[in-house]
Amino acid sequence: MNIVVLVKQVPDSEAMVQLKADRSAVEVEDKYTLNFFDSLAMEEALRIKEQVGAGKVTVISLGTQKSVEALRTGVAMGADEAVLLEDPAFEGGDEYTTAKALAQAIKEMKYDLVFCGREAFDDSSGAVGPLVAEFLGIPHITVVVKVQVSPEERAVVVEREIEGGKEVIRTPLPVLISAQKGLNEPRVPPVIGVMKAMRAEIKRLNLDALGLSPDEVGRAGAKEEVLRYYRPPERPSVTMLEGEAPDVVRELVELLKEEAKAI
Amino acid sequence: MSGGVWVFAEHQDGRIRKVALELLGKGRELAEKLGLELAALLFGSGVDGLAKELTLYADKVYQWDDPLLEKYNCDVYLQLLSDLAVKETPQILLAGATVLAKDLFPRVAGRLSTGIAMDCLDLELGDDALMIARKPFFGGKVWADVACREGRSQIALVRPNTFPVPTASGDITGEVLKQAVEVDPTQVRLEVLEIVRAAKERLDLTEAEVIVTGGRGMKGPENFQLLEELADCLGATVGATRAVVDSGWKPHDDQVGKSGKTVSPKLYFAIGLSGAIQHIMGMDTSKVVVAINKDPRASIFQYADYGIVGDLFEIVPLLTSELKKELGKR
Ligand SMILES: Cc1cc2nc3c(=O)[nH]c(=O)nc-3n(C[C@H](O)[C@H](O)[C@H](O)COP(=O)(O)OP(=O)(O)OC[C@H]3O[C@@H](n4cnc5c(N)ncnc54)[C@H](O)[C@@H]3O)c2cc1C
Ligand SMILES: Cc1cc2nc3c(=O)[nH]c(=O)nc-3n(C[C@H](O)[C@H](O)[C@H](O)COP(=O)(O)OP(=O)(O)OC[C@H]3O[C@@H](n4cnc5c(N)ncnc54)[C@H](O)[C@@H]3O)c2cc1C
Repeated sequence: MNIVVLVKQVPDSEAMVQLKADRSAVEVEDKYTLNFFDSLAMEEALRIKEQVGAGKVTVISLGTQKSVEALRTGVAMGADEAVLLEDPAFEGGDEYTTAKALAQAIKEMKYDLVFCGREAFDDSSGAVGPLVAEFLGIPHITVVVKVQVSPEERAVVVEREIEGGKEVIRTPLPVLISAQKGLNEPRVPPVIGVMKAMRAEIKRLNLDALGLSPDEVGRAGAKEEVLRYYRPPERPSVTMLEGEAPDVVRELVELLKEEAKAI
Repeated sequence: MSGGVWVFAEHQDGRIRKVALELLGKGRELAEKLGLELAALLFGSGVDGLAKELTLYADKVYQWDDPLLEKYNCDVYLQLLSDLAVKETPQILLAGATVLAKDLFPRVAGRLSTGIAMDCLDLELGDDALMIARKPFFGGKVWADVACREGRSQIALVRPNTFPVPTASGDITGEVLKQAVEVDPTQVRLEVLEIVRAAKERLDLTEAEVIVTGGRGMKGPENFQLLEELADCLGATVGATRAVVDSGWKPHDDQVGKSGKTVSPKLYFAIGLSGAIQHIMGMDTSKVVVAINKDPRASIFQYADYGIVGDLFEIVPLLTSELKKELGKR
């Protein structure tokens, strides 16, 4: 079973995000981590490889030097190979161009399954996975909480989360699956894995290697464009209600009715 | 006429989802400003009644009606929707940011070689008639306005509870256009074996207008009964923090936050939860937030409109009976 895992290095939830003075971009505090959902994707890929007893897990990321960190985490967990798509031409891209480049790289590999996260913690669109599947011409299933592979039948049966319930879907391989919380508990990389990851070779692919043209990627190829960034409107400061519980509760109900008009 | 504004009319349990109605309202506004027609897209099996209902909101209702469409299957919906969109090139294509739409529409965007703005907080038209979508980035720490200059259609998925539900005025009677359900079977690889959905009396968290969320301060699963009672008198839905879900007190489906559900209700009660950033990221577009916590330094108070420092086991039952009294009066 050959499995590709898409991983993204994202700012930690706690990282400070500042607007540039002209609001054309943001500055993010230098606290990065592997995207939470991608660690679930990684874990599932490893479990499937272990269960089948053969094959290879390849982690792949599009980004700058920062993304090497995410790839090394993948290798430390147990991935066999790591690939970084890196080129100045990728800058300023959106979900479409990101997926285009990722799909192009995957096309050249042997794969049965592609895993990604439900969404990335920074831009959180959750669009990259389905777009990669579209560009590869394979089916995809999002928000997956359970995967059962039958290698003999070259098929998977998965469970995905829907509002108020679950859906069970079967599909032949290859397929792209996006990981949702509940799928598994990602392992903590063992020390020996971390050592291995530090020495691991990161294969780099640039625009030429992918055989894409400059106008298909980055700002030139992007469909979406950020016009301006801003701070979300601030909530008025909190009104603390003090006193005996019954009085406070009465006051709250009054405020919700008269001031907030929320009930 | 082609090039209209299209709204995906998602439905569940025989009813058009609230978010779809919200978007038909917004879609009408955009369509009027652009001088275009508003169309609703309806997929399902035996949905003549829903099609009729949609004619109260939209000028046209594209209806795909076939037993094959009873359950959502991306491979099937994708073909039907993209084929018509390629033919008719709607200017704007809108859907709720629901599980189904988030699965289907990125792929539609790929097939139409266009962009997509997921999880939007607002939509407006720029001077050049381009749709501008407001989106949260970094879990809501910043917002941005994005636009799709290249490519048609301009696709946006909008968070439920962003726009008001329009009133069906009764004088718009759109035309229902039944579409042939013809798919290339070789492109249908997914097979939906089963859908398990408990009959729910309450709205899903993502659509609920009032939410009562409990954190680890609830002490145990049995105490969520207190929140159920509070929710009952408000017509609310009960949510939970990750700490609660990871303790096995509540299913993951109930989790609010960055790794759970993003919610945007009119009123949010945060009870016995500390207000960790990952939780805040899932609820900070709530219109009014009430926090109840025994620790005056809990960070949830920074994100609340009204705060009560106290023991939830004392406050919540009092609040429930006070609300019963108040709302009973009406
Ligand atoms: C209009 C716009 C302008 C942008 N401009 C810039 C810019 O100038 N510079 C910049 O650095 N970024 C920019 N971005 C962000 C960048 O393009 C996003 O990282 C990309 O769109 C991925 O989207 P997402 O984060 O929403 O991922 P999602 O779709 O939420 O990610 C889902 C899953 O896809 C996989 N995935 C996503 N991205 C990657 C990746 N890069 N490598 C491997 N796997 C991945 C992961 O498994 C992830 O869990 C821009 C985005 C937009 C929308
Ligand atoms: C990658 C990642 C993703 C995450 N995603 C999410 C997410 O989606 N959603 C989420 O919620 N969290 C998420 N978290 C977890 C988050 O960081 C916090 O751990 C979690 O939100 C804490 O839950 P809590 O507030 O219920 O518990 P605690 O932090 O333990 O807070 C309990 C609160 O209850 C109060 N309390 C106790 N007893 C009483 C009483 N009798 N009366 C009144 N108040 C009382 C206490 O003062 C305290 O403030 C995520 C974390 C990570 C690392």
